Amino acid sequence: MDLPSERVLVLPGDLIEDRGLRPGFGTYREDGHLYASVMGILSPRPPFMRVVPLAGPYIPQRDDVVIGVVQLVGPTYWLLDIRGPHFTPLHMTGTPWKIEYGECGEYLRPGESVIVRVEGVDAAKRVGVTMNGESLGKIEGGFIHEISPTKVPRVIGKGGSMIQMVQRATRTQLVVGQNGRVWIRGDDAGIQRVRSVLELIDMEGQRRGLTERVKGFLDSGALVYHGPEGASDGEAPGLTSNEA
Amino acid sequence: MGSVGAKEVPQLLNEAGRRIDGRGLEDLRALKIEAGILNRADGSAYVEWGDNKVMAAVYGPREVHPRHLQQNTKAIVQCRYNMAAFSVDERKRPGLDRRSQEISKVISEAFESVLFVEEYPRTSIDVYIEVLQANAGTRCAGIVAASVALADAGIPMVDLIPAVAVGKIAGKIALDLKKEEDNYGEADLPMALVPRSGRLVLLQMEGHMSRPELEQALDLGVKGCLKIYEVQKEALRARYAVRSTEAPEVAA
Repeated sequence: MDLPSERVLVLPGDLIEDRGLRPGFGTYREDGHLYASVMGILSPRPPFMRVVPLAGPYIPQRDDVVIGVVQLVGPTYWLLDIRGPHFTPLHMTGTPWKIEYGECGEYLRPGESVIVRVEGVDAAKRVGVTMNGESLGKIEGGFIHEISPTKVPRVIGKGGSMIQMVQRATRTQLVVGQNGRVWIRGDDAGIQRVRSVLELIDMEGQRRGLTERVKGFLDSGALVYHGPEGASDGEAPGLTSNEA
Repeated sequence: MGSVGAKEVPQLLNEAGRRIDGRGLEDLRALKIEAGILNRADGSAYVEWGDNKVMAAVYGPREVHPRHLQQNTKAIVQCRYNMAAFSVDERKRPGLDRRSQEISKVISEAFESVLFVEEYPRTSIDVYIEVLQANAGTRCAGIVAASVALADAGIPMVDLIPAVAVGKIAGKIALDLKKEEDNYGEADLPMALVPRSGRLVLLQMEGHMSRPELEQALDLGVKGCLKIYEVQKEALRARYAVRSTEAPEVAA
């Protein structure tokens, strides 16, 4: 478990005890007090007090490896959908290929997917990406499954434990983009089982004992995920409210 | 007390000080909120408030359409308040009318002042409010729903914003008017509050109130908003099935 045992849920506007820490993600300071700005789990990481959101958009950050889908081909660039607020240009110089002006369409067409790295984000939140680098490039074969970007750390697990367990059990290979897109390679049954596991993590990622649940699902050999067990009876998943 | 010509005016307040539906002057109608009900939207919420049924969906931050509305330093909030054709007794002509345009505008502005719009420059946060069944106070129900939907979407904000209408019926200030009270009452004062700071982000008034009455109405509205705020928070906690006990993590 990569979260402290006592996980505290905060809602926007909730007062947080700052413990001498500075406001980090999901918090803001006003009149000398610290408050939460998103719904999530309180997670102090000195020197910052952070809130790990339970939901939210993908916000590109430098060095994120993400999976983008080509939307439009320009003369010297492609426009990628990386699930950020805007389409992101991938310039032809950011690829390992030698491309002449106007020939971009011969290398990547709309609808094709690539693994790229975020090179930088400027003050106006414009994003630059590159395909030059290890394990970056065009995606061929396999399946791309989308989950909430906030659940990506749960898919990877502590030190990659979760992803390794899933890969071993389903005999597949996974590439997890920080933007919540997962590329699955393997046979059809393996891909289906991984998709089910990803659905499980997406639905139950905030609950306690996720690893056991995933392990249980994989051991059962089931292909399809049928929703969380005992979720409808109001069972507490181990979160505590921030109410005073 | 209303002046509606030949129409029969219902008795809004009986001798015992009870309203048409048996409520006291400071009582809210029954309120039920559910968060995260739509799969396609980034955030969503459904509100049943008395006989009002309102759904809200949030998308974004995403590209701004139409493009010329884009702002280089912040996100814009585009709200669309819409009443379904079947939401009222007589069929409502579908589509935007002057009333819904006005309501969309004031709700957009209310949210723009509580969201951290500077974090998402050149984008739009789109809020859709659909009124499925109306019984007075739909703009407030819309704000309550949209506020929960925005939190559900994970968009950073100062606080949730509860909203309620206060009015004047049979010469008395009353909380949360229903349709008959709105139609035949003397005044209607919808308001939306940022509970943490006590700041009002929406305040409109129709009809007449004296200054002391207005002050009394504002006080009553704030009390009502704080009750609604708790229901909003409970709805968000229920989304992740959290028990609302213990953990005195807060300082003050």
